[in-house]
Amino acid sequence: MNPIDVSSLKKYYGDIKAVDDISFSVKKGEVFGLLGPNGAGKTTAIEILEGLRQRNSGDVKVFGLDPWKDGYELHKKIGVIPQEFNFFEKITPREAIIYYANLFNVKVNPDEVLHDVLLEESSKVHFDNLSGGQKQKTGLALSLVNSPDLLFLDEPTTGLDPNARRAIWVVIRRLKAKGKTIVLTTHYLDEAQQLSDRVAIMDHGHMVAMGTSEEIIEQYGSGERLEIHGSPELAEYIKTNTELEVDYDKARGEIHIPLRRKADALEALTAAKQSGMDWGEMRTLQDSLDDVFVKLVSGTIDEHGEITVQKNENNPDNGRH
Amino acid sequence: MPSGKRVFSDFKVFSRGYLRNRFGLFFGLIFPVILILIFGAIFSGNSSGTINIYAQNKDTGPFPSPQFDIGSQLLNAINRSSTVRVITVDRNENFSRYLAAHSASDGLVIPANFSSYYWEGRQVNVTVYGNPTSSTSGIVSATVSGVINYFNLNYYRQNAIPIISIASTTVNTQQTKYVDFLIPGLVGFSILVNPMFSLVNISSEYKKTKLFKQLSLTPLTKMEWLTSKIMWYIVLSIASFLLMITVGIVAFGAHITLNEGLIPFLLLGPTLFASLGMLVGTVTKDPETAGIIGNIVTFPMMFLSGTFFPISIMPTYLQNIAHILPLYYIVEGLNNVMVYGNFTGAAIDLAVTAIITTVFFVLAVRLFKWRED
Repeated sequence: MNPIDVSSLKKYYGDIKAVDDISFSVKKGEVFGLLGPNGAGKTTAIEILEGLRQRNSGDVKVFGLDPWKDGYELHKKIGVIPQEFNFFEKITPREAIIYYANLFNVKVNPDEVLHDVLLEESSKVHFDNLSGGQKQKTGLALSLVNSPDLLFLDEPTTGLDPNARRAIWVVIRRLKAKGKTIVLTTHYLDEAQQLSDRVAIMDHGHMVAMGTSEEIIEQYGSGERLEIHGSPELAEYIKTNTELEVDYDKARGEIHIPLRRKADALEALTAAKQSGMDWGEMRTLQDSLDDVFVKLVSGTIDEHGEITVQKNENNPDNGRH
Repeated sequence: MPSGKRVFSDFKVFSRGYLRNRFGLFFGLIFPVILILIFGAIFSGNSSGTINIYAQNKDTGPFPSPQFDIGSQLLNAINRSSTVRVITVDRNENFSRYLAAHSASDGLVIPANFSSYYWEGRQVNVTVYGNPTSSTSGIVSATVSGVINYFNLNYYRQNAIPIISIASTTVNTQQTKYVDFLIPGLVGFSILVNPMFSLVNISSEYKKTKLFKQLSLTPLTKMEWLTSKIMWYIVLSIASFLLMITVGIVAFGAHITLNEGLIPFLLLGPTLFASLGMLVGTVTKDPETAGIIGNIVTFPMMFLSGTFFPISIMPTYLQNIAHILPLYYIVEGLNNVMVYGNFTGAAIDLAVTAIITTVFFVLAVRLFKWRED
């Protein structure tokens, strides 16, 4: 039995389909990354799995339990950091751990837990005086008090500075090494790629792709392409004088040429030389998860998880006017 | 199964958080004391004014002409003194009971046939009622005996024996000062305000900041959570109560009785208003809106339940409204125990309070959701 089995899960708010017919399983010991922009339905989906929200339809089993009906039992077996973890202002991380240990009726060495989440130094600071990263670590610490085998981390690093984010990554990797199963939602592609064994990409309540990063890139990526730093005129010249497909990225000042075969690169460079125009750096490269993501959800995600549609910038005609 | 361990650990965390927040502590403990000092100071001037003396004139005559009515003349003379004011009591009333019912101790009774005995030169007594421990009783008896001496001198008879003498009767009724009733009122005020405002705020704030969601992921139940809040506000109410009576007695010489009859009110009161606060908090997850609804529920109760001034001075329709306010029964109960020693009345207040408390507690636990649909 998988720790998590979901099939045909649906959750509607009136006319809004927050989660629209998604199915997936999470295997024991894996880190499963749920990726998507804000409003994609990640948090709704994960909160249904945690038993915090009721679903409209579909089958959801977490450790064989129905999260909504058997929530009270389930919560003893899982660990959760909700999005923007919050706690009582005037309580220290150490006191919080002891409090949770009492609630779960378990014996826990607070120092050990604090050590596990790299929080020893701030163990006696009131929660409202902790930094964003320390607050998230407190959340992690509390989610570990009942020694769960399954952890739900809902955007654990959102809003943190790069150092704090990397510190949380260290903690998550340690948990994975201990054999914990982890479901992680994030809108940071690098985070998903760095930490997850498998990634699922959600958009508008749908699951648009699922697999390892490599699998997704292979399936949805465009393969190899040539990038040349040059002018829109050069792009136009190559386009006119070859059979190649040519895109111009105005923002980066780059000519993008998808390569169907290696010889395409040679043809493009020959045309460039013939043009007599200058060009700068050039390279061949493959789509990253980032690129695939942009294609799948038709935009990129900014720092806050909002989608920025970049259609105009990718339009080769744009450069001329 | 509710767990005492969970309730206690939640109590510990909550009280710790509360004590570390100086504002909460100020509002919970110091603010009611400041109110006592302010209101006590404003109204402490009362005692230097005229003293009410309840008088019953049983001398019905017949009198050949009004100047033969010595009883009425005596009362008029007393009333003309600047220190006391005579309030006439119907002659059919049971005088002692009347004094007790009016929380008064100073009184004067003129016997039947008073005038005829006087004119016949036979010795006759008027009875002065008073509580020797009360500061007013000395003033009353001095005033009354001064006036009687004057009558005795004016109508001095040849045998040189004063014909009117004073018999005194001791009354246990304490004269109620403003501060005496202000203390139970403000105890009620702090029983209302602390748990009510706090729970309204917490239950909407925790929803907004998702703390309830966080707690719902632990084995702590809603009932355990509410119980630990109630426990804390009971502790706070008792601390605040002790502080207030100390200040009332030391600063204003309040006469209040302390006994075990107070305990149920100090336990049920915070339970009632913590539950009501949580109920109000269930209505909305926006703390500002919750605060407004909380004020709408709290303020009428604060002013109409006898906290700052007695219900009896309000018009009848407002008194009727007061009877539907839960705080009314707590304040009345506290007054009955602390000031009037009326335990039958307190028992009724307690029964009403217990019923309302049970209803609110059950509703709060039932209706409050910390997960979302």
